[in-house]
Amino acid sequence: MTTLPAVTPAAERSAVTTAADRPGRGRRRSGTPYAFLAPALMLFTAFLGAPVVYAGYLSVRRVKISGLGLGRSSRVEQWAGLSNYTRVLTDSEFLPSVGRIALYGLIVVPLMLGGALLMALLIDGGRSRAGGFARTAIFLPYAVPAVIASLLWGFLYLPRISPIADVLNSAGLSAPNVFSSSWVLYAVANIAIWGGMGFNMIVLYTALRTIPGELSEAARIDGASDVQIALRIKIPVILPSLIMTFVFSLIATLQVFAEPMTLRPLANTISATWTPLMMVYRDAFIRNDIHAAAATSVVIAVATFALSFGFLKLVGSRAFRQED
Amino acid sequence: MRKAIGGALAAALLLLAAGCSGSDDDSGGTTGGGKVELTYWSWAPNMDKVVEGWNAGHPDIHVTVNKQDGGDPAVTKLLTAIKAGSGAPDVMQAEYQKIPTLVSADAIADVAGEAGTLKAKFPDSAWNAVTLGSESVYGIPQDSGPMMFYYRADVFGKLQISPPATWDQYADAARKIHSANRKQYLGTFSANDPGWFAGLAQQAGASWWGVQGDSWTVNINDAATQKVAGYWGGLVQEGVIANTPMYTPDWNAALNDGTQVGWLSAVWAPGVLEGNAASTKGRWKVAALPQWDPAKPAGGNWGGSATSVTTQSKHKKQAVEFITWLNTDPAALKALAGTANIYPAATDATSTALTSPPAFFADQKDFYAIAAEAGKVSNPFTYGPNVNVAYSAYNDAFGKAAEAKQSAAFTGALATMQSTTVSDMKTAGFKVAG
Repeated sequence: MTTLPAVTPAAERSAVTTAADRPGRGRRRSGTPYAFLAPALMLFTAFLGAPVVYAGYLSVRRVKISGLGLGRSSRVEQWAGLSNYTRVLTDSEFLPSVGRIALYGLIVVPLMLGGALLMALLIDGGRSRAGGFARTAIFLPYAVPAVIASLLWGFLYLPRISPIADVLNSAGLSAPNVFSSSWVLYAVANIAIWGGMGFNMIVLYTALRTIPGELSEAARIDGASDVQIALRIKIPVILPSLIMTFVFSLIATLQVFAEPMTLRPLANTISATWTPLMMVYRDAFIRNDIHAAAATSVVIAVATFALSFGFLKLVGSRAFRQED
Repeated sequence: MRKAIGGALAAALLLLAAGCSGSDDDSGGTTGGGKVELTYWSWAPNMDKVVEGWNAGHPDIHVTVNKQDGGDPAVTKLLTAIKAGSGAPDVMQAEYQKIPTLVSADAIADVAGEAGTLKAKFPDSAWNAVTLGSESVYGIPQDSGPMMFYYRADVFGKLQISPPATWDQYADAARKIHSANRKQYLGTFSANDPGWFAGLAQQAGASWWGVQGDSWTVNINDAATQKVAGYWGGLVQEGVIANTPMYTPDWNAALNDGTQVGWLSAVWAPGVLEGNAASTKGRWKVAALPQWDPAKPAGGNWGGSATSVTTQSKHKKQAVEFITWLNTDPAALKALAGTANIYPAATDATSTALTSPPAFFADQKDFYAIAAEAGKVSNPFTYGPNVNVAYSAYNDAFGKAAEAKQSAAFTGALATMQSTTVSDMKTAGFKVAG
């Protein structure tokens, strides 16, 4: 899961006021803000900008091997043009892996966000007594790293050691083989939903807490039920947060890697190119072709960029109108 | 008082750090009166203790062992050091199947001039693995993994089955065991262990890569391998052996609770069984690998590695001297077998170093005699420069086949492996015949 800290409007506002407090100084020494920005910019350049540029450079190079490929002079690095890109896009494994994560996204995103929204509304509704406990309990899986979570679920999925299978068996039912080709996608999706729901719930819950109590109170006096309040007031108000969590989930879907990679040794059904990011790994570390891996990464990055900004453009004007 | 201890500790740590960096810095360099310092990357347990024997007897060539993580990470690290131009050790443990990749990346040196005469001391299959079937020698064989058949003697006894001598008998035994108890299997077809399958193909007479003049040949989809794939596909389709991968928590549990009552493995299996199925100690026995044709016995290898000299080493001669000692000297072989738990590749090791059976097989006095017999008949098998690609294709294609439980899918998976491997080599620029 990729997460970014949400900048609260309050923090932005306070930053603005401190700057406005001393307008004179700021104007006279115009270099100061740049000095403050410099460390961040340097870090950005060193750890994000430069690697991106380097990946772009690598993606248009290739290593050409000649003959048997033995000996010092048998490999030359040369200009490749767009040949790495054509190879990625025409790789017979590429489209199936894209299709797989599209289906995965169709399962994960609605279930995870729907569940998160439902739980946020339930806890915010104040009807449940152990709200604080429930909030923590639902959030807790997010604190478990994806690899650990996958190992944990892997153990629960394996029929011979799974306590769930034990329970089913003693009830006279046979546990389904979760790693079979018809189930494996759901098995992986389940881990992502389990791990991501709590995080999204907290984001949505925090947004719900900013709604003034008078709004719901007034609605209740007018005779609105809890469901009506949720549908007509709460959800429309937190729509921007919902959109943000949707974009994050979309990006996380395109980047799914740790879960299938960890489950791969346990199952026959997860191939080396199960998701696009696994293709990058295969190219770089199995095929030893860093150049093809760079090209695949660039393709994924461009797709992520296009999808998330495309979506924001689509919904942006309407969703954020309330905030203006 | 506490401060003083802290100070002493800090000083000690500093000294340690200085000591470490010191030995790193002059790796490959000479220190004083002609003494040569060699560094050696290995992941075998207790290799430093084996090397102590060398250091004690050779004051002019000192070897420092640098413990590495398993095979793949060490190879990645070495390739990075080679690309960077510095940082590689003088001597490196290299798995047989990685040797072509390392040679192709110009990471390990040809030592034919210094070590070419050692051929007679090793089985042909091991020597072939370090020469790639050519005149060059890219290392000295260290350990090998002749394949053997491990089985639960109690289960076999109860059902009055004798250990299978042929693959037909293995299939019959699998049927008998599964029909006596629907939950029990004599084995599993693992789509996650290409090395296991390669060993079985080697026994049937396959050699997946080869060198022909200045081009590579790839023969993964040959008749011998087809025979092996068809055989296992048939057993999976019939449902008399399992289709789940080895080395999973599920498989460990199956070995331990008696659901898996046999394992086609290699000479190093006792260690794995001891770790994963401790409660079955005393019930296992070992036999030779079942044969296709008992009149012409053949064996296969699963695992094994050589000791190679890297191209960055400035002391190639001394390094070869050391690796020759390590893999042929009787005292070194004894230390390798006893201290580092390695099954030495040298043919005379069985008589000198391997005198008592592994602890898990304490009752089987002839354990190493069976292993030696299995090692002797291993067919030569050459690996290619993109073994990783072929192995990954094996995982994917045979994973699908094992899931489909269709014999035809197994033989079809070989065609996929072959075409994936060949097209990868051609894309990279290798010359491939045919």
